[in-house]
Amino acid sequence: MEIKLEEIFQDKIDQEIKIEPRDWMPEKYRKTLLRQISQHAHSEIVGMLPEGNWITRAPNLRRKVALLAKVQDEAGHGLYLYSAAETLGMSRDEMLEELHSGKAKYSSIFNYPTLTWADMGAIGWLVDGAAIMNQVPLCRTSYGPYARAMVRVCKEESFHQRQGYEIMLTLTKGSEAQKAMAQDALNRWWWPSISMFGPNDDNSPNSAQSMKWKIKRFSNDELRQKFVDVTVAQAELLGLTIPDKDLKWNEERGHYDFGAINWDEFFQVVAGNGPCNKQRLKARVDAWENGAWVREAATAYAEKREAKANNQIEAA
Amino acid sequence: MAETKDILIDYVLHLADNSMILGQRNAEWCGHGPVLEQDIALTNITLDLIGEARSLYQYAAELKGGDSTEDSMAFLRDVTQYRNTLLLEQNNTDWAYTITRQFFYDVFHYYLQEALINSSDERLKEIAKKTIKESTYHVKWSSEWMIRLGDGTEVSHLKMQNALNALWEYTGEFFIPSTSEMEMQEKGIGADLNALSIKWRSKVEEILKEATLSIPESSFQQKGGKTGMHSEHMGYILADMQYMQRAYPRAEW
Amino acid sequence: MSTKEWPLWEVFIRAKQGLNHKHVGSLHAADLQMAIENARDVYTRRMEGVSIWVVESKHIHASEPSEQEALFEPANDKIYRHPTFYNLPVELNHM
Repeated sequence: MEIKLEEIFQDKIDQEIKIEPRDWMPEKYRKTLLRQISQHAHSEIVGMLPEGNWITRAPNLRRKVALLAKVQDEAGHGLYLYSAAETLGMSRDEMLEELHSGKAKYSSIFNYPTLTWADMGAIGWLVDGAAIMNQVPLCRTSYGPYARAMVRVCKEESFHQRQGYEIMLTLTKGSEAQKAMAQDALNRWWWPSISMFGPNDDNSPNSAQSMKWKIKRFSNDELRQKFVDVTVAQAELLGLTIPDKDLKWNEERGHYDFGAINWDEFFQVVAGNGPCNKQRLKARVDAWENGAWVREAATAYAEKREAKANNQIEAA
Repeated sequence: MAETKDILIDYVLHLADNSMILGQRNAEWCGHGPVLEQDIALTNITLDLIGEARSLYQYAAELKGGDSTEDSMAFLRDVTQYRNTLLLEQNNTDWAYTITRQFFYDVFHYYLQEALINSSDERLKEIAKKTIKESTYHVKWSSEWMIRLGDGTEVSHLKMQNALNALWEYTGEFFIPSTSEMEMQEKGIGADLNALSIKWRSKVEEILKEATLSIPESSFQQKGGKTGMHSEHMGYILADMQYMQRAYPRAEW
Repeated sequence: MSTKEWPLWEVFIRAKQGLNHKHVGSLHAADLQMAIENARDVYTRRMEGVSIWVVESKHIHASEPSEQEALFEPANDKIYRHPTFYNLPVELNHM
């Protein structure tokens, strides 16, 4: 029976028919999705922190409202993704517990510090740019609720990268100090950004199955290459130098070659030893714990009000 | 004539600074709210407030002329030139303080817009017409939170009563008119703060009653923000907010 | 330590007058009022709507996926329900 179900399931996937929450699915498909979607959701809400750090210091009012709206969008994206994951049978609170205990992972890039205003530009341009590379194909992912959430995310995300690039553009047209600030931000964010796509394909054990299930639609290396290819011209337009001496056009491949990623650093950050892992996690845990009495009170009040309404019905 | 213009500028800046400083305070919550949905909700309010402040700063900058801009208004005035009331610069402390501060301001802000819709100053009238829609929602949102938390659990009730007790002494300042407010009222530009005070009190009492919270006995009220005599918080708020403009004078961002 | 989670709600938005409310996603809220406001704050930030419905997710009843064939396939061959089934002269233009 199980085998037949699995065949029907794979057949649907091959035909690009979306899987919906109540449809039969292999347990491993459910688990893989749950892990991927919740990690994605966690990345959105942890990702609020490095940029949220600069909201009160944004250099002018136009930038302040744009940054606020952007960070708020990330909360929204987290929310859409948690909702999608909830359809697979895990509550948002359970997912948050996994985040807070350190069991669940989130994108390693958010464990780097935002030191200057230019970091808001670099994050929007590079980190959101890399995220978009990842996310656009996910709009066609095989699980319906995930795909729908991603359509919403991508629609909203489209202003994020433009916002970041515009910040960079303004800086590179500015004073020497501003240009230096922009170059410094690119220097610090470049390598973490291209690491964001995850380990090389030959070192990414779950990828093949995920591709077969169309949870993932392109491999890590394909996406990384695509990102590098489009970003080089964007950096040139800014007059900034990508900090990779091995970066050069390869006529034969039709792609840019680029230098080796420091995977030791990447895995250290994933393991919790990045410059800001502890602060990021603490900020999330604090927000959650400090908000507990608020959530409890709202529940208590709702229950009281419902009881009151019921009493009135009975009395009538 | 020039003097009237200065008074109008002072008045517009007072209106702008109120929403700006509260917006700046609320913005500190972004990413740290008690639940995702409310993080988003508060940020919406923050964006409304800063949006309103921008319209007012732009107006003040035009009145002032020269090379004034919304940003020079927000980022290049020092503490004693800021005209917001003391309540709005108080620390966030926790969700109870934040909601209580928001509620006190929302009720005031709403009735203020109600008055400014009839301002003889066309520009203020236009801004008020837009703002009143926003503040109608803000009052609803913060009133519901007052009630929910006041009448929620024992813990939440206590936290709310404490916040109320601590912040109450900063509410009177709304209704103590500064020189420019008096002059603006006479000219039919500004609001009648006495009339506003009665409406404010009545709405606040109504909500607090439902929230099972009580107004503290002490009647002493702090003042000073409107004339630039701020609390020590204000210096830190501006240090944060104005850091970039001060560190890199005349740069474009 | 762990507290009761706020219930899950499904959100439906009418994009503009004249259109149906359409399911857009879900959220958590402690009560009905908060659910509508959260829906406003989360799902209409970009002028997406003029009206909101919320319903607690537990009140949604759904058809069984396993009954999909029995429920929906019998409609497949009733092509006479569609206008294209009928052959009419071209001269008739619009009918």
